[in-house]
Amino acid sequence: MKKMLLAAMIVAPVISNAAELAYISNEKDDSISVINVDTLKVQETFGVGERPRGILMNKDRTRLYICASDSDTVQVYDLATHKIIKNLPSGEDPEQFALHPDDRQLYIANENDAVVTIVDTETNEVLSQIDVGVEPEGMAVSPDGAIAIATSETTNMLHWIDTKSHQLVDNTLVDQRPRHVEFTKDGRYVWASSEIGGTVSVVDVATRQIAHKLNFKIRGVHSDRIQPVGIKLSSDGRYAYVALGPANHIAVVNAQTFEVEDYILVGRRVWHMDLNADESLLLTTNGISGDVSVIDTQKRRAIKTIKVGRYPWGIRILKTES
Amino acid sequence: MFSTEERFLDEMGGISLIPPFPIDKVALKVGEVITIKNILTAMIASLALISGNVSAELQVDFLYLSEIRDQGPVLSNILPPPADQGIRGAELAVNDSNTTGRFLKHSYSLTEKSSQDAGQLIDAASEAYKSGNRFFLVDGSSALLTQLAETLPEDALLFNASNPDDQLRTQECHASVFHTSPSRAMLTDALAQWIKARKLKKVLLIRGEADADIKYTDAFKRAAKRFGLKLVDELVWNFDTDLRRAAQRELPLFTQTDEYDLVVVADEAGDFGEYVPFNTWYPRPVAGTQGLTPVAWHRVVEQWGAAQLQSRFEQLAGRWMNSVDYAAWLAVRAVSESVTRTTTNDSLILRDYLLSDTYQLAAFKGRKLTFRGWNHQLRQPIPIVHPRALVSLSPQEGFLHPVNELDTLGFDRPESRCALDKN
Repeated sequence: MKKMLLAAMIVAPVISNAAELAYISNEKDDSISVINVDTLKVQETFGVGERPRGILMNKDRTRLYICASDSDTVQVYDLATHKIIKNLPSGEDPEQFALHPDDRQLYIANENDAVVTIVDTETNEVLSQIDVGVEPEGMAVSPDGAIAIATSETTNMLHWIDTKSHQLVDNTLVDQRPRHVEFTKDGRYVWASSEIGGTVSVVDVATRQIAHKLNFKIRGVHSDRIQPVGIKLSSDGRYAYVALGPANHIAVVNAQTFEVEDYILVGRRVWHMDLNADESLLLTTNGISGDVSVIDTQKRRAIKTIKVGRYPWGIRILKTES
Repeated sequence: MFSTEERFLDEMGGISLIPPFPIDKVALKVGEVITIKNILTAMIASLALISGNVSAELQVDFLYLSEIRDQGPVLSNILPPPADQGIRGAELAVNDSNTTGRFLKHSYSLTEKSSQDAGQLIDAASEAYKSGNRFFLVDGSSALLTQLAETLPEDALLFNASNPDDQLRTQECHASVFHTSPSRAMLTDALAQWIKARKLKKVLLIRGEADADIKYTDAFKRAAKRFGLKLVDELVWNFDTDLRRAAQRELPLFTQTDEYDLVVVADEAGDFGEYVPFNTWYPRPVAGTQGLTPVAWHRVVEQWGAAQLQSRFEQLAGRWMNSVDYAAWLAVRAVSESVTRTTTNDSLILRDYLLSDTYQLAAFKGRKLTFRGWNHQLRQPIPIVHPRALVSLSPQEGFLHPVNELDTLGFDRPESRCALDKN
């Protein structure tokens, strides 16, 4: 307890003084760009391992985890000292990952090996490796920590993993090339995008069956170019934002009625997104144009484009306490 | 929940050679009417089965038939094509399918038969059919493909994994034959669109004397006409100099014609074509069968998730994946994807599913692939590559089509006499 308090005291000043920062992984520059969300300018760029893609933060926002796909490792970056403090054994070609609510167990999808690796981020131990389908990519852990889901791009399934027994318990077939999964805050549904299928499946966690399937249609864009990848759910449960890849648009979906309300034009080949603390801004990574679009979620349009490194892919915003 | 044993049913790594499942137990009778309703029923059943975790065991067996053809001597024999091309692609797809299949208790196997004698291959196919095999991958001549289609019963599905002959897509079509290999017309249309998109107009065409070269030339001339390119001349290379020594002297003189923007070579065997780039009279780019080439697949394709497929293939085969490997990979994936969705190994239901509107295949080319109903050609984007990089991907932007832009490549419905979907 004493230790935790001490840790909180050290961390607290850093958070309260800092502005909101967005961390963006640049897949082909082997670097992370840091955008100051108040000024909307890149304030720092630092080098990491090869082909960084998935990134995420721990609970107390002291660490940034980075999937360095071609270095076959997950790097741990200390947000206070601005240093890579260790490389975790991740299995081959880590692409996306998810942190268990216990803030320790990291679930990593190893795209080349058709396995999910579970790593203890404290002891650096590999706890388990679970066989899943071909090219696992999307990874999520349910809010209660009971279930982890990996999507396999070539097998076209969601693989349900029991986080206690580390066993595969079920598989749900979805449309072609599922790339990303996201649990709703209440843990009742999981949203899964199918890039080539062009759809998003909303899967009921209780039955593990598809409850709703979303289709997208943008005037003047061929349906084959509508390729959903990233999904971001607003914390009030009202909206889902879906990045549509080479269609260069973000779909704004009413998360209650499952209707698409709007399409927002962004940069080319949009991959992933994150919301700022008050969710007034949505930042998107645009792979081909090499920039980040800043969307005003009220006005539902892009208000600024920020140049970052080559092929920006993952994005996480370090939120200040509100 | 799966037991460990079930999940690792096919963990042997390589190809399993489980004897074929007795076909009378699982298949509908030949001739039974297959309707969309059957497919839907099967699909609904599949959904129930997967989420309920109770699925019937299915065995799907592929026979790979490889006709060894004498290419004749070629001058530029420095980099011969790999001896195991095609089969390795099929092998990878069988491994991939077994990884998927173990969640569903579906199991895939592959056997190979190669021969110089078409008769032996047909006998092997008939034998395999008798023991229940319904899925055949063919790397061979048009004559072999036609003979197989005429010999085997209609529920034997044949996948053409290497033959680009246009006549197989325009005249000699068979209900049981599917083409995962692009036609010559698709390749040359892809190139012609790129030439047009780069605003190059005047083309010098050089061809060899082989049959295949004449076919490639015809395909390119058709493409040139479709997309409005001007041919300044058509030359036939029939010299017998050893170009490894004399290319610099011979080729500039040979290509001394009216001025051109680009040279297109038709030399499929690679007899003289490798020596054309950098040796033309006018210093112009060279494309076609050498130089800048339209292909089904190449190592330099790494967008659209292809990097993972490439590295899986290299791990398996110890070499780069080429167009024939890719077409064979596609054929197996096309079938196994249908088996996953319909949860049947009945080839007639699968044939109908392959041709249905719901069918789609993800194949690392940036969009879903489907089969053309009229000639069973797989629609696919065509990468345009030089030996070290991807230059472009056709169809080019702006080449529009009322139904599907991919149908700007190859023979569109009105251009083909096949009309397999009108029967």
